[in-house]
Amino acid sequence: MDAKIPAGPLSEKWSNYKSHARLVNPANRKKMSVIVVGTGLAGASAAASLAEQGYKIKSFCFQDAARRAHSVAAQGGVNACKNYKNDGDSIYRMFYDTIKGGDFRSREANVYRLAECSASLIDQSVAQGVPFAREYGGYLNNRSFGGVQVSRTFYARGQTGQQLLLGAYQALMRQVNTGRVSLHTRHEMLDLIVIDGKAKGILARNLETGEIERHAADAVILATGGYGKIYYLSTLAMGCNASAIWRAHKKGAYMAGVSWIQIHPTCLPQSGEHQSKLTLMSESLRNDGRIWVPLKADDNRNPNDIPENERDYYLERRYPAFGNLAPRDISSRAAKERIDTGHGVGVMKNAVCLDFSKAIKEQGEKVIEEKYGNLFSMYEKITGINAYKQPMLISPAAHFTMGGLWVDYTLMTNIPGLFALGEANFSDHGANRLGANSLLQACVDGYFIAPYTIPDYLAGELKAEKITTDHPAFDEAEKKAKQQLNNFLSVKGKLSADYFHKTLGKLLYDKCGLARNKKGLEEAIEEIRNLQQQFYRELNITGDDKVNTELEKAGRLADYLELAELMCEDALSREESCGAHFREEFQTPEGEAIRNDKDFCYVSAWEWNGADQPHILHKEPLLFESVELTVRSYK
Amino acid sequence: MKIFLKIWRQETREAKGEMKNYVLDDVTEDMSFLSMLDLLNEKLIAAGERVVEFDHDCREGICGQCGVMINGQAHGPLPHVTTCQLHMRSFNNGDTIYVEPFRAKSFPVIRDLKIDRSSFDRMIQAGGYISASTGQAPEANSIPISHKTAEAAFDSAACIGCGACVATCKNSSAALFVSAKITHLVLLPQGKIEADERVRKMIAQMNEEGFGHCSNTEACEVECPQQISVLNIARMNWEFNKGGFL
Ligand SMILES: Cc1cc2nc3c(=O)[nH]c(=O)nc-3n(C[C@H](O)[C@H](O)[C@H](O)COP(=O)(O)OP(=O)(O)OC[C@H]3O[C@@H](n4cnc5c(N)ncnc54)[C@H](O)[C@@H]3O)c2cc1C
Ligand code: FES
Repeated sequence: MDAKIPAGPLSEKWSNYKSHARLVNPANRKKMSVIVVGTGLAGASAAASLAEQGYKIKSFCFQDAARRAHSVAAQGGVNACKNYKNDGDSIYRMFYDTIKGGDFRSREANVYRLAECSASLIDQSVAQGVPFAREYGGYLNNRSFGGVQVSRTFYARGQTGQQLLLGAYQALMRQVNTGRVSLHTRHEMLDLIVIDGKAKGILARNLETGEIERHAADAVILATGGYGKIYYLSTLAMGCNASAIWRAHKKGAYMAGVSWIQIHPTCLPQSGEHQSKLTLMSESLRNDGRIWVPLKADDNRNPNDIPENERDYYLERRYPAFGNLAPRDISSRAAKERIDTGHGVGVMKNAVCLDFSKAIKEQGEKVIEEKYGNLFSMYEKITGINAYKQPMLISPAAHFTMGGLWVDYTLMTNIPGLFALGEANFSDHGANRLGANSLLQACVDGYFIAPYTIPDYLAGELKAEKITTDHPAFDEAEKKAKQQLNNFLSVKGKLSADYFHKTLGKLLYDKCGLARNKKGLEEAIEEIRNLQQQFYRELNITGDDKVNTELEKAGRLADYLELAELMCEDALSREESCGAHFREEFQTPEGEAIRNDKDFCYVSAWEWNGADQPHILHKEPLLFESVELTVRSYK
Repeated sequence: MKIFLKIWRQETREAKGEMKNYVLDDVTEDMSFLSMLDLLNEKLIAAGERVVEFDHDCREGICGQCGVMINGQAHGPLPHVTTCQLHMRSFNNGDTIYVEPFRAKSFPVIRDLKIDRSSFDRMIQAGGYISASTGQAPEANSIPISHKTAEAAFDSAACIGCGACVATCKNSSAALFVSAKITHLVLLPQGKIEADERVRKMIAQMNEEGFGHCSNTEACEVECPQQISVLNIARMNWEFNKGGFL
């Protein structure tokens, strides 16, 4: 496995790459076409930037408009080491925070590049009209986010993702207007077309007419986001899926870091059986909110009635240096530990308190309102509770997938011509992502990396024979896709797609969630296999093959069921605790993770080997030249 | 609680639709409105019937994909709340609820409650952007922007593009949507340069899409989930007229 990391010192690798990347002559660019699946920050920015260079782009998303990609939901902010606060920030420090935050399970070169490109992203977004928060003097403001000690998070109230995405969406629409981008909304990718070992197109289903369309191109980019929705209850949108990357996986692309899922500590707790999603409350709230549970287990008093000395501020107690800003995996696990030992609060006893009373006393209600007003009102809309008067109740929920398609330094998968950008790839976050780093990663991938690495690939394809959609590879893929859809419609069992999704989600959350162990994972694999068999026997999809949400769900679920098994295999094979991956067998007596650098300092990249065959594990060793591997302590 | 539903069902763009009756016995107050529709769909599936198609994605009020008329009101009875953020505690046991798609000539129905809002995209495409290609941006702090201006630009930029403004307007005007984008961009120094062209092109596209004229009833502002102000429309008109005179 060659990660194709450029030579030279860490800080010069990306410049070296850029100076030597191959170029395509402007006259030739309009002859080269690229498919971009996904219109989130990664997809929209890549499509727009490549179109600006003159390439012919086809862009796809399953929503009714490009602007609705789930990047839109990010609240908290985006990191960039501008050092505007003069608080000692630098590219190296951001690189180090990210590597450490990822528990030393990511590539040095990738992470360094992420930090290196971060400042330009802020410039780019401001030029597009993103209304970031400003200080009274007119300069950009920022704040600090979990897991770091400097202030490098830029934000646009609680809607940073929306504002960044609108910037990228508008850049994309500008290119649609020039005719260089053709946009296909309400389309779902069904398969990747690989011809002579290279990615040459996709099969997509028009979600209105049901038509299966063939699209050929010289390269394919998947920027299809994360698959955290596999847990059903999550902070993701209802349509988020793994299907695009999973189908590419079944065509030969490796999946890496598959079981590394970030469970976010500050979400609204589940309140009943019919709930379909868990809403995130931005982590920025932890800057001023203090997290606690009743000292006494099974305390049924209203949080406001519990006196100060009967509260356990467990994060401040266990991690004095970082306190309430301890990284996400640590905060989530600490919450789970308190909840599991009977200290949880709320109707289902599944939450902890996030308390603003001290901040309000110190800073005044007005300041708190200016910082978090929309979050407080969102909280009230959903729960009916006024958080200026009472602590918020929060609990952990599945949120971000560090894993995804394995990519090399150029963001190309092991299938030549197939690239993966944004949350869909495994690259910069290692075993745990730091808050506000993933908007950044999605943008950096699309605005600053793909525009160099994709032309470099295309330069080698200029003379290649153009593939047309009557190639037999399309016939075969279409036949298979149709068969699968007909299959779903003809099972006519008794159970809905949601039933399977909820069952799978619960099973995964319990056995391959915040904490894992060998026994649980082995049981989970067994149960997933049974569920899969039941799915093909008892699924009930009503309606036709045109507009049919249930049919869409079935396809996504078929992929989730296969992916779930690989997640458990991946977690089982990694006999250490690192980042979000906490194996109960590998912890200190105080409950802290034990990482095993001797045996597991590698990326697990899995190869599909057929439906009835086990996956094949490939190991990409991680070499650390610039940092020393330390215990990731936040005490 | 028990809820009586009257829901618009329509097979295709061309087909004639009709209201159909459904009854749910086991709705709870903490359910969101869309979870209630999920529950209905579960029952339809169990009965072997086609589900009620409706648009939604994030279910947290930000993507703008959800949106139906509930008892004749865009996004339902609460002000400034998307359909996905509405909860059943806003209704009473025994209520009859009418659920229909957003209606406007420029928003054709695709199936049941799903509509085609691509006209919104085409208006943005016509000029709703700042032409700053990747790589052209200067250092972000080189152009200071006052706190007040940034906040005002944000207020307009917050639009989620759901279309409730159009659905609620008796003229099916898209003035609030278009003016929000125009105002967002014109307030910022970066967006001023293309202001005249932008306002002309976006308004031309708006007319071409068949949206009605704004007659200042201000119903749109009342329904807007992001509380986009009708002052944006005044700003748009001013920008448009200024472009014509200067
Ligand atoms: C609630 C929430 C809050 C967050 N807050 C922050 C934050 O404050 N800071 C931060 O840095 N990160 C945050 N994140 C993470 C960050 O938002 C995401 O990692 C990032 O936006 C992902 O961008 P993307 O472009 O990779 O994917 P997305 O924005 O999810 O886009 C995926 C695109 O792919 C398309 N697609 C998917 N599957 C298919 C298919 N099969 N066929 C066709 N099209 C398909 C979709 O239509 C969509 O256009 C948050 C995430 C969530 C869920
Ligand atoms: S589903 Fe996204 S705004 Fe309602």
